[in-house]
Amino acid sequence: MTETAVTAGAPFTAERRRARHRAAWRRRRLVLMLMSPWIVGFCVFFGYPLVMSVYLSFTHYDLLSSPKWIGWANYKYLFTEDPQVGPAVRNTLWLILIMVPLQVLFAFGVATMVARAKRGVGFFRTVFYLPALAPPVAATMAFVYLLNPATGPVNVILGHLGVNGPLWFQSPQWSKPSLTLLSIWGVGNLMIIFLAAILDAPQQLYESAELDGAGPIQRMRWVTLPTISPVILFSVVISVIAAMQYFTQAYVAANIASGQASQAGDQTVNNLGYPEGSTLFYPVLLYQHGFRFFNMGYASALSVLLLIVAFTVTVLIIRNSRRWVHYAGAVK
Amino acid sequence: MRRGVIAAIALAAILAAAAGATARSAAHAGTKADTITVWVGWSARELAGFKKVVAEYDSKHPDVNVKVVGGINDDKITAAIRSGNVPDVVSSFTSANVGSYCKSGAWVDLKPFLSKDHLDVNVFPKTSQYYTQYNGKRCALPFLADVYGFYYNKKMFQAAGIKSPPKTMSELTADAKKLTKRNQNGSLKVVGYNPFLGFYAGNVPDLSAYAPLFGAKYTDAGGHSALSKDPAWSRLLKWQKNLVDWYGYKNLQKFNAGAADEFSASHAFEIGKVAMMIDGEWRVAFIQAEHPGLAYGTAPAPVDDAKKNLYGAGYVNGTIIGIPKGVKHKDQAWALLKYLTFNAHPLAQFSNLIRNVPTTKQSLNSKEIKPDAHFKTFLTIFANPSSKTTPITAAGNAYGTLIQAFAVKWQAGHAGDLHAGLQKLDKQIDAQLKQAQAGGVP
Repeated sequence: MTETAVTAGAPFTAERRRARHRAAWRRRRLVLMLMSPWIVGFCVFFGYPLVMSVYLSFTHYDLLSSPKWIGWANYKYLFTEDPQVGPAVRNTLWLILIMVPLQVLFAFGVATMVARAKRGVGFFRTVFYLPALAPPVAATMAFVYLLNPATGPVNVILGHLGVNGPLWFQSPQWSKPSLTLLSIWGVGNLMIIFLAAILDAPQQLYESAELDGAGPIQRMRWVTLPTISPVILFSVVISVIAAMQYFTQAYVAANIASGQASQAGDQTVNNLGYPEGSTLFYPVLLYQHGFRFFNMGYASALSVLLLIVAFTVTVLIIRNSRRWVHYAGAVK
Repeated sequence: MRRGVIAAIALAAILAAAAGATARSAAHAGTKADTITVWVGWSARELAGFKKVVAEYDSKHPDVNVKVVGGINDDKITAAIRSGNVPDVVSSFTSANVGSYCKSGAWVDLKPFLSKDHLDVNVFPKTSQYYTQYNGKRCALPFLADVYGFYYNKKMFQAAGIKSPPKTMSELTADAKKLTKRNQNGSLKVVGYNPFLGFYAGNVPDLSAYAPLFGAKYTDAGGHSALSKDPAWSRLLKWQKNLVDWYGYKNLQKFNAGAADEFSASHAFEIGKVAMMIDGEWRVAFIQAEHPGLAYGTAPAPVDDAKKNLYGAGYVNGTIIGIPKGVKHKDQAWALLKYLTFNAHPLAQFSNLIRNVPTTKQSLNSKEIKPDAHFKTFLTIFANPSSKTTPITAAGNAYGTLIQAFAVKWQAGHAGDLHAGLQKLDKQIDAQLKQAQAGGVP
């Protein structure tokens, strides 16, 4: 009887298995179909360029003739001979070590103040967020105008106060701080993220802390910061990546502040990095080689290095964050 | 009856043939066979001038219709060539890129066309011949040139008791000091001569506008960078820095920041904030359009005291024009190119419209060129055999970026020892050229 049942059940089980298999395949097909716009976009706009960049980094490629394989020559030049790489890396490091912390601190500070405001909350949120909507090119042009050492209103006002204003975008010592001011002014996106996180912090934790006698600073240290620590991590990571890709503002500021306007189509004037190479950040150097000198093989090597460094830095920050980031409901 | 039918058929055939022929000739007269496209960098007033020149060609050549597109730069040219969707004729302001265009074959070799039409490039001055080829491969032709000369304010000269424009750098320095006026707080009110690298076109930070005035050589006989070996570079940089220091580096920076854009009507020379300057010939047209009442003069730029024989020479650069690879109407494109570059009439016509220097020896003396004492100076500088342009390399003008990086540090007083700095610069330029040539010999 048992034998008969097993024999009779075998085709049935196989049939069910096939049906399950077909259903699973249908599900997979559906998932693939639904994901296909993203998959196509990823492959075309990310995967293919990434693979090609790695390949081109081992070639001499001037955009006009076919790439010519040259092995590690581009990397050798990058690490040992290119005199502009060192300054470009140092300038970019300056952004990561000074501009990013200031951006995060300022965004957090503004968010804290706006969260505490009793009246005019909507007004303050709008005022602090609005600069983030300004197009980067227009905002940079406005800052170069405002901070013009001779005719800009900032130095005019400082002059009336008896202060000899700095040369701002004209000075290699002040050009990066000027760009930092611009970035801090436009920190609205980060501020909104911090504000949402602060407003989302559980109220009962503050009440308990208050009952335990914690003052405002202790509440900030032991309640607010741990609660919003995942948001701080997120802000730091995206700000560091953005600093490593910093281009538009540096490009526009250098071109305008140098005062060497070029006629349409004229590429003979090279203002990148003005003044004295102080705004020659890594992506600006990459652009210069790829699109000014048509040295796309070398520019690809620069971009591959940037990718590796960005990935490594992000992994390091995330690994390091395990000590100070607390996730609600997480089990240690 | 039969004869009548045959006659009717023959008549019908004749009428049909006649009608067909009439239709074909009507079509030929009414619509043009080919449209060729020309890409140029000019815009606004200068583009309108170019269209006028091309319109004349268009009217004389019923077989083509020429379409002009302005505001083009080298990025767009390169993108078009890569995509295969190219215009028939392209031009670029960046003659330094001719190395890339010729070497890669992106602009077609013009030698077969020149040979077929028995045209000799010696109709162009040597400098223009040089910046339109790379390693002997000619893929471009010169189409008007930019020539740098000296501009001075006659009223200010008179007020300061200066009788003639300076001919040497020491005379220039002395005159600059006489003409400079300061405010009570020490800031600069009027600058006699502004030597600050980066201030307007005459002070291109890669030193290209000064090099011919000092007879400075970029390379040695072996083709290696020779900035530390040729003492002219040291003399140039020392003269420039001494004058910057006399004004005060920060004073000049502040003055420059307050000066108007180079291509605005408030240009510092045009409004009397700068008394002397080196600039391109195009400034004559700008002054004519913006400040026709300005009392000014033009002359060749002053030269190194040690090389007075160079007086009369200057820096020369120019627009290059060629045919991109993959072009559809090669013969028509060549016909237009030939007309624009070899024929004195369109060169003189366009020169009159935008006041750039015409590029054939014949057109320099063309009776069609509108007489203008200011502009004539630049025609003379262009014809001077000592006038020079920058080297054409496989790396374009990338070496200029390295010179610039050093020179701006030098004028700020951050470069340290000059000779050691120039030696290091030579090594950097050689390494850069080697890299650009994919490991080849610089």
